[in-house]
Amino acid sequence: MLAKRLIACLDVRDGAVVKGINFEGLRKAGDPAELAARYNEEGIDELTVLDVTATIEGRRALLDTIRAVSQRLFIPLAVGGGIRSMDDARAVIDAGADKVSLNSAALADPTLITALARIYGSQAVLVAIDAKRGADGFEVFARSGTTRVTREAVAWAREAADRGAGEILLTSIDRDGTRAGFDCELTAAVSAAVPIPVIASGGAGTPEHFADVFSAGRADAALAASIFHFSEHAVRDLKQFLASRGVPMRLDW
Amino acid sequence: MTVALVDYGAGNLTSVIKALHAVGADVRLVAGVDGLAGADALVIPGVGNFAATASLGPEWRSAVLAAIDRGLPTLGICLGMQWLFEGSAEAPETPGLGLIAGRCFRLEGDVKVPHVGWNNLDRATRPSRLFEGIDSGASAYFTHSYAAPLVDDTAATTTHAVPFSAAVERGRVFGAQFHPEKSGATGLKMLTNFMRVASGAH
Repeated sequence: MLAKRLIACLDVRDGAVVKGINFEGLRKAGDPAELAARYNEEGIDELTVLDVTATIEGRRALLDTIRAVSQRLFIPLAVGGGIRSMDDARAVIDAGADKVSLNSAALADPTLITALARIYGSQAVLVAIDAKRGADGFEVFARSGTTRVTREAVAWAREAADRGAGEILLTSIDRDGTRAGFDCELTAAVSAAVPIPVIASGGAGTPEHFADVFSAGRADAALAASIFHFSEHAVRDLKQFLASRGVPMRLDW
Repeated sequence: MTVALVDYGAGNLTSVIKALHAVGADVRLVAGVDGLAGADALVIPGVGNFAATASLGPEWRSAVLAAIDRGLPTLGICLGMQWLFEGSAEAPETPGLGLIAGRCFRLEGDVKVPHVGWNNLDRATRPSRLFEGIDSGASAYFTHSYAAPLVDDTAATTTHAVPFSAAVERGRVFGAQFHPEKSGATGLKMLTNFMRVASGAH
């Protein structure tokens, strides 16, 4: 049976992980490659590197980071943040990414989704949607949640799938960083609307939140950052908890 | 051991190269059939559309069939495995190699398609060199919308709405619908087994 996936997100700036990390035994705290290897050992199903760098120097560091991370990883690796063109996508894929995550660039030019899917296959193209509840339903925001665009999340997800996206990475801006739980209503609405897998993001705080988003939220995968940093066995413990709740999980690694 | 890795000119081979290196193989990227000369094994990767195999051209078709005929250990991954069959509903006009009977079909049912993520490999009762030391039920990473039918050469089965061939094996020809290069320790073990066949240890 297809397992629900747990995806660890590393927010990387200028080559270092920026969210708090409490793992012991890392040679260099914040080193993405070290952390990736640790997550891999812990049984994470997939890794996402989110580049929050603004500078050109930082972008070069990102490619070195991807190379270093992918060297030690034999599970899928997605990279997002600042991918605006075919050339940007090619650079991160050549560096070792299996999937690229498009957000603002896909909103600005949706044909980029199709162009990338034609070359690399839909499985390599994730469309990230940052959504927020508003007067008009689930409103879509670009540029790291700062700029509202005139789109509605469910319709945009459907369009992205039609244009060739292989997966949707759906982040609730309302819940992001709150640890109050995923927005299950948002996730379920999008998941029911598209034939492709939906990755839920934003709000993970407890194991129960994951159980909820996989059942009520109809998510195919869940992504989180800081919850996996709390303890050494966070991933393993979470997987065992979810398995005990009847969520199909990969438990051999 | 030198593995010839077919380069379609599309798709990302970085992961496959890295995984083959990890199991001790030397990798030779081959864009033309001449590159097969002297190789100890052949790996046909593949992501994208079944029609992409047509971009290899008829000379590839005959060269691969000839190489397999003379016993070159061959592993097709994902689309590369589907190519071993007669054809696929994804590109009905594009013939497969026809080494294994049957046509690939689109996954359909009350499930998400593409089939993306980790799923179980249920071993067939027949012996398999590819799966030596790998438990039935082990997890592997998949990402595909079309799948190969169950056949006599099926070495492992996976179910996503319907059961399909997760791996095939006939003589020295192997196929994996999943991505061994993305399937953690299980995938590396499988590649190690393939390299053992290539080294003649089997």
